[in-house]
Amino acid sequence: MNIREYMKDHFLFLDGGMGTLLQEAGLAPGELPERWNVSHPEEIVRIQKAYYDAGSNVVLSNTFGANSLKFDDEELGTLIRAAVANARRAAEESIGEQEKYVALDIGSLGKLLKPYGDFEFEDAVSAYAQTVRFGVEAGVDLIFIETMNDSLDTKAALLAAKENSDLPVFVSNAYGNDGKLMTGASPAAMVAMLEGMHADAIGANCSLGPKQLVGVMEEYLKYASVPVLLKPNAGLPRSENGKTVYDVFPPEFAEDVAELLKKGIRITGGCCGTTPEFIRAVVDAAKDITPVPLTEKNRSLVSSYTHAVEFGKKPVLIGERINPTGKKRFQQALREKDIDYILNEALKQQDAGVDLLDVNVGLPEIDEPSLLLEVVGALQAVTDLPLQVDTTDFTAMEAALRAYNGKAMVNSVNGKEEVMEGVFPLVAKYGGFVVALTLDEGGIPATAEERVAIAEKIIRKAAEYGIAKKDLIFDPLAMTISADTTAALSTMEAVKRITNDLGAKTSLGVSNVSFGLPVRNIITSTFFSLCLQEGLSAAIMNPYSVEMMNVYHAYNALHDLDENCMEYITYAGNLPVATPAAQSAAPSSKQPDGNDKGNLTPLQNAIVRGLKDQAGALTKEMLAEKEALVIVQEEVIPALNVVGEDFEKKKVYLPQLLMAAEAAKAAFEEVKKAMADKEDAGPSRSSFVIATVHGDIHDIGKNIVKLILENYGFDVTDLGKDVPEQVVVDKVVELHAPMVGLSALMTTTVPAMEETIKLMREQAPWAKVCVGGAVLTQEYADQIGADKYCRDAMETVRWAEETEKELKEKA
Amino acid sequence: MKEPEFGWNFIEDDGNAVVRYLEWEELPVNYAEMLRYAGIPLAAAKKGTPEDIAKQADWAVELIRGQIVNKIGYLAGNLTFDEDGFPVLPFPQKSENLKKNLKGCERFVMFAATVGAGMDRLIRRYEVADAAKGVLLQGLGAERVESLADAFNKVVNEEAKKNGYKTHPRFSPGFGDLSVAVQKDFLAVLDAGRRMGITLSESCLMAPSKTVTAIIGIERDS
Repeated sequence: MNIREYMKDHFLFLDGGMGTLLQEAGLAPGELPERWNVSHPEEIVRIQKAYYDAGSNVVLSNTFGANSLKFDDEELGTLIRAAVANARRAAEESIGEQEKYVALDIGSLGKLLKPYGDFEFEDAVSAYAQTVRFGVEAGVDLIFIETMNDSLDTKAALLAAKENSDLPVFVSNAYGNDGKLMTGASPAAMVAMLEGMHADAIGANCSLGPKQLVGVMEEYLKYASVPVLLKPNAGLPRSENGKTVYDVFPPEFAEDVAELLKKGIRITGGCCGTTPEFIRAVVDAAKDITPVPLTEKNRSLVSSYTHAVEFGKKPVLIGERINPTGKKRFQQALREKDIDYILNEALKQQDAGVDLLDVNVGLPEIDEPSLLLEVVGALQAVTDLPLQVDTTDFTAMEAALRAYNGKAMVNSVNGKEEVMEGVFPLVAKYGGFVVALTLDEGGIPATAEERVAIAEKIIRKAAEYGIAKKDLIFDPLAMTISADTTAALSTMEAVKRITNDLGAKTSLGVSNVSFGLPVRNIITSTFFSLCLQEGLSAAIMNPYSVEMMNVYHAYNALHDLDENCMEYITYAGNLPVATPAAQSAAPSSKQPDGNDKGNLTPLQNAIVRGLKDQAGALTKEMLAEKEALVIVQEEVIPALNVVGEDFEKKKVYLPQLLMAAEAAKAAFEEVKKAMADKEDAGPSRSSFVIATVHGDIHDIGKNIVKLILENYGFDVTDLGKDVPEQVVVDKVVELHAPMVGLSALMTTTVPAMEETIKLMREQAPWAKVCVGGAVLTQEYADQIGADKYCRDAMETVRWAEETEKELKEKA
Repeated sequence: MKEPEFGWNFIEDDGNAVVRYLEWEELPVNYAEMLRYAGIPLAAAKKGTPEDIAKQADWAVELIRGQIVNKIGYLAGNLTFDEDGFPVLPFPQKSENLKKNLKGCERFVMFAATVGAGMDRLIRRYEVADAAKGVLLQGLGAERVESLADAFNKVVNEEAKKNGYKTHPRFSPGFGDLSVAVQKDFLAVLDAGRRMGITLSESCLMAPSKTVTAIIGIERDS
């Protein structure tokens, strides 16, 4: 019987541990177990036959580490074919009368993917794909991805399996004591991502015993509509007379597993420390248990690499600020590829309390697919909030959804055939929770009835692609009441009907409602409140609006969504209060401020003391009266010099220098904003290319140098870390940059630095190169041909200033 | 979870020992060390300008609560030396410095200590949001993993002492002439990828970044 059919009405029993049994059979430490498929087929068949004899329906091929990173293609193919043949032979020779299947076992490549590691996502997909293709050729019945402890790595493996076969794919992750994957994902986050990508069964294996995994399993059963699997260890290992023994024995193991079968687990077996005896005991214990029928859980989830956000419980806030529309400073940042600006906007919104971030980087003159991919990757390196991919460009959408670590929200589809045909295949493949606008070829209908009708059409079309209603969220479109005073009523009616009649979720870009009116926040926040009352599940909004946040927190408190009103109380406690005390926290630039450096202006004082908010506020005030450049020259730079000199004299230290630098950055940000509004390109000093060299992934030192250089107005191009030699040189040539800074932390990566300098001398002989990093010394710097060794960020600034001066004098 | 147990007697007489894993729930923070790693002496942090570094240190300690782990994987075994006097270990090497460090030892404990990926996530986030906080978190992360390694080292010292042995100072790959390239075998022996989530980059840097590997030599205390 086909395994998909069989699973519908039966428990599916897997095998138990393999590694320990192979060691008992003589596998030496360090020896690759996959080679035993060819060198010791009898041993492999013996163990696997014992599992089938004990009642396993599925035995995993001995291919856990069979991948192209460990074996060349020829050997890989040979080993996988032999492994599958061994398992088949075991099934044939077994006395067991149950249905028997062979699974292609896939374990992790053991590489950490970017951005935290150095391995490319697409390289991981290719490596897994190779294993999958060999397994499919060898005729396995299903693919079993297991013991994965990172969500993105899991996604790469699942994607490879889906792209290279039509076989059922089971995905099993390894959870720690804290109930999360090693890289942080919760069970709900994994369910969201894996179900979205249509894994056939999902669950957990290894690390812990069945008792310790109860919590994880309960989470899976709560969220998953597909069958849930459990393949635990025989408890926890300990040693006895020099041997590893596990503390749970077959009867207790079977009892624990049986309890979970009663709760709804459908697929089970064992991992480390379990033997055929364990499987036999589980099969026996399950005889009298009827499988719990699978049910559609109807949970609307999006996820990041740490957690899931559910729609339909508390209202979900989606931060709208990563969007260039109408924001000149943001447009400038996009054009300059100033990723840090975007990241800061993300983190500020996270601090303001949003649940998700909308990400829109669409500008006419920009290569949106590559920029969106870059921004999504950069965002996921610094924030664990799930993202809403916001684009009308299908190529950009696919690139972002493919690389996204988790299950993204997708903005948006609508009732137009062409758009549905572009978006739905992507969501079907990569997973996603899709915003569906209730408009179509005929435009935005005026009435609620017509909008509901479009929503119904979208639900039908999505179903054709296997996308359930739970993965759609309808935006019935907020239109301004300044043009049509009935507009808000239609929208609210549509929210109500989609919620009640269609049983679907709704979201709105609420601020449109007040377009063209004065003091828009009053109208917008009241509208938000009214829509929430009609059942609105989410809003794309400005989290810096106090009025909006007031409504959000008050609504939760009033709707019993805030236990003991604790969140409201915390929120209220942090509200800025318009009292004299608050004003004194941001003193006017005209008032003298008591400070220990009597000759400093208030702005200088704020920078020296590292008061970020104050520095920004004072600069903003000052911009009304003074030229931006004057502020930089007369206020910011002198203040930085004060701190810089103190740093050089060891009167202040690195964290303090950085606090001042952050305050200066806040001042600069105001200056840049003012200049962007005036379409002024702003002041610019010489360009400076900076990078952490090839092979090195330490970038803290480089980032500090960059921050301080930018403080001093240098036009810094940051190439990041682990940058190939030629990439650095190409950038220097492209910009004709006069200065380059290279950083290396390890002795092992200094040769890469030397090589970069060598290439630089050949191809960009004009460029001056300074080097820095923990292992470098003046002597070392001389040896590898650098122009200068800089001990720290301040020394780099001094060098850059001197070098710039020399260049100007020459010119 | 209570203080992890460390069983001395798990070493088999033939030296074929077993990898084990421990986890501490919480270890006290050494503020002076944290600040030192962040580049600021404790005294300066207390009175410097800007003045609230100490407050930010408290913030950082609070921030990582529940976000990090304290995991150790270790293997202990009997130590022999080859004809040139190099120690014979589960990770092949010919290091003069290590040879010197392990001279006279009968046993060894090799271990990996990690505070996990959560620490790196927080460092990343705050390096972007606020460089000063990023540096403090870097300092805290370094302090956390060193404190973990110290805590484990202390247990080894005590167990050794109880059994009539004494320990040598721990020695890490990358130190002296012991190349970081040995990390590959070192971590493979501990199954550190699967069991602890530790991975290596092409250039043999470990992730999570706040991870330490080391070997401790154990000598009979005559």
